Amino acid sequence: MSTQTPFTIEQFYKFMSHGRLMAGKCAKCGKIHLPPRPICDNCYSMEFTWTEISGKGKLLTYTIIHVAPPQFQALAPYAVGIVQLESGLKLPGMISNVPHEQLKIGMELTIDFKACAAGLTWPQWQRYCFRPA
Amino acid sequence: MNGKPLVSIISAGLSKFGKHEGLYARELFSYAAKEAFDRCPKLEPKRDIKAMFIGHMGEAYEHQGHMGSAAADWSGLLGIPATRTEAACASSGAALRSGIYAVLSGLADIVIVGGVEKMTHRTTAEVTEYLAMASDYPFEQFHGVTFPGLFALMATAHMNAYSTTQENMAKVAVKNHHNASLNPKAHMQKEVNLEAVMASKPVAWPLKMYDCSLITDGASCIILAKPELAKKYTDQPVQIIGSGQASDSIGLYERQSLTSLQSAKTAAKTAYEMAGLKPDDIQVAEVHDCFTFVELMSYEDLGFCPVGKSGKLIESGETQLEGRLPVNTSGGLKAKGHPVGATGTAQTYEIYLQLTGQADKRQVKDAKIGLTHNVGGSGATAAVHIYRGDA
Ligand SMILES: [Zn+2]
Repeated sequence: MSTQTPFTIEQFYKFMSHGRLMAGKCAKCGKIHLPPRPICDNCYSMEFTWTEISGKGKLLTYTIIHVAPPQFQALAPYAVGIVQLESGLKLPGMISNVPHEQLKIGMELTIDFKACAAGLTWPQWQRYCFRPA
Repeated sequence: MNGKPLVSIISAGLSKFGKHEGLYARELFSYAAKEAFDRCPKLEPKRDIKAMFIGHMGEAYEHQGHMGSAAADWSGLLGIPATRTEAACASSGAALRSGIYAVLSGLADIVIVGGVEKMTHRTTAEVTEYLAMASDYPFEQFHGVTFPGLFALMATAHMNAYSTTQENMAKVAVKNHHNASLNPKAHMQKEVNLEAVMASKPVAWPLKMYDCSLITDGASCIILAKPELAKKYTDQPVQIIGSGQASDSIGLYERQSLTSLQSAKTAAKTAYEMAGLKPDDIQVAEVHDCFTFVELMSYEDLGFCPVGKSGKLIESGETQLEGRLPVNTSGGLKAKGHPVGATGTAQTYEIYLQLTGQADKRQVKDAKIGLTHNVGGSGATAAVHIYRGDA
């Protein structure tokens, strides 16, 4: 492996906690992986470079969770969605700072690196979320 | 292949679906096995059955893994190779597929496949947590996305793209509850009306309580034989003539489409080609209505209607019991119940009854060709099988 930081989900969240949305770019075939992977599923290369991507995007779909697992019950009802980022890559997450009745497919959202702290205790990752751009 | 039998079903068993207080999963499974054995008097289970594959999704429910051996033991089959298959809610669809591999390999002429889940002793919050394990952890569960939530994300996208409505989804619940009212083994033998479904409490908007399948205890099994041997055991074998299974990304967010399941489309294409049949040839189907919306999506993925027209199809009444293509005559996961590991082969059990004329009040007249569609997780697994009655 050519780089010092491993291309893993854990490393992805470590960058997140420093306010950076980072994807892994395959040095051989150019495929961008979000989340990063240690081995390219397209060409099996293990050579990658980090590429920072924009946290701005559009809401592709959403739901409002009323019945939550034990760890999230205190937050319910809460909104989660899948956001298509400007790069075309997709990322799911909670949506904060939007009244539920104003949620709309296509609305512009941006990633918030440190907004949602409650919930699962494992692993000790900072949970990003999305809010209006 | 064009319709050549892969394997023959010579018997099938199903426990009553519902709340079974005080019964362990292995005990529940023994009831399904007993029915299958009793139904086929020429079968000597200890002599004839050479392998077992059993679907079981979660060791969390009973703090019990390793279900293969436990189920073999409680079915009086100790000694045979017994393996648990796990593919979330498609665990026993995968068991069925594994049984077909075993028979076709020539290593076993007769195998028992099935599934079991014991769920009702857990709280709804616990079940919500356990079921979510079938989805992606670091990007879905970690962000509070539940299992109903994943299908709700697809439902919202489908409503937006094709003007599908919550009423369309509610009609699936009304239909399947009606069918379950005719099935003595269903968890809920009770009709519901459209108003009650629409007024039920939200679970994951736009999905409401009556859009969700039931948390149920249950077990199912099927006995498969090499086609050349089937007539030795029964006059009414059902032939499996198509089998497809496919995988997709565990995370919904990584997929190209949010309004269809590529895994189901791929599995269906494989099964149809093997059977030499088209969607129009199917006369009765059991589809994976873990949520009402998923039955609608299955109509499109299986080619029962054009993309985006599933709302129209449910409204037409064609998938009702007396319609052109009855779907979920058993009551489906929605009302018969969804003991996750048992569901795939419970669907096969219903098709077996239909194609052998044993479905009683919900019998589809002269049904000869059937299909099952079993989905695991949010669609990371799908298994589709096609059946022909030969009697
Ligand atoms: Zn590559």
